[in-house]
Amino acid sequence: MRSFQQRLQELESRGIQVVAISVDPPDINRRQRQKLGYTYTFLSDPKAEVIRRYDLLHRGAGPKGTDIARPAEFLVDSSGTIRWVNLTENIAVRARPQQVLEAFEEGERAVPQ
Amino acid sequence: MKKNRNWSLWVGFLFLLAGFLSYAFFAQFPVTRDFPWANFLLFAIGGILLVVGLFRAFGKPRVYRGKILGPILAILGICMFGFFSYVFFYVLREVPPSTGAPRVGQKAPEFTLLDQDGKEVSLRDLTTRSKAVALIFYRGFW
Repeated sequence: MRSFQQRLQELESRGIQVVAISVDPPDINRRQRQKLGYTYTFLSDPKAEVIRRYDLLHRGAGPKGTDIARPAEFLVDSSGTIRWVNLTENIAVRARPQQVLEAFEEGERAVPQ
Repeated sequence: MKKNRNWSLWVGFLFLLAGFLSYAFFAQFPVTRDFPWANFLLFAIGGILLVVGLFRAFGKPRVYRGKILGPILAILGICMFGFFSYVFFYVLREVPPSTGAPRVGQKAPEFTLLDQDGKEVSLRDLTTRSKAVALIFYRGFW
């Protein structure tokens, strides 16, 4: 997630908005954002409703056996269609901004605007 | 006769310890991030040195020390390597399959959630405001 902050300007200059989603409540998101210096949007899904809708629920993996999201990244275009998905098999290995940029460029080439 | 210090036992153990403790350090770099080969390399060097040390301690007990210390360090080293492998190959891979996750070409399921300032944000707001949206689902800080 730090890597997305590091390359945020590059992503945003191409019109890609970065949004993070977890079960953390808004006040924790606000504090963590400030503490870690993140400037992109953090959304809160405390009941994991959206996480469930995306089939990303990791049962009992949170503190005291609570349900949390498994790491996953999606690139959604302006029509709301999914252009790229990354479902990691190792929670320590996450998508890099480079992958998102490449997926975006590919989509741009396929649909010239 | 004074016995020699069995340095390869100690250096081997230090390599094993370095391999065990340096995961977070190597995870910062793209080359060593996805697979911790640097850690496994340190474990390998440490293991070889430790085995050499054990051969010295038990093969030439009159020259080298380490008949008691050697096995202790070796057991500690095996435990560290075992724990590291268990975490890397098993714990970190305990991820649900998410076979029902939306696929490429499908519409992303709509949602409205609160942002860090308690303001409602919907996926439609996000997609209409920009060319594309990168949704990053993460485990959370709690």
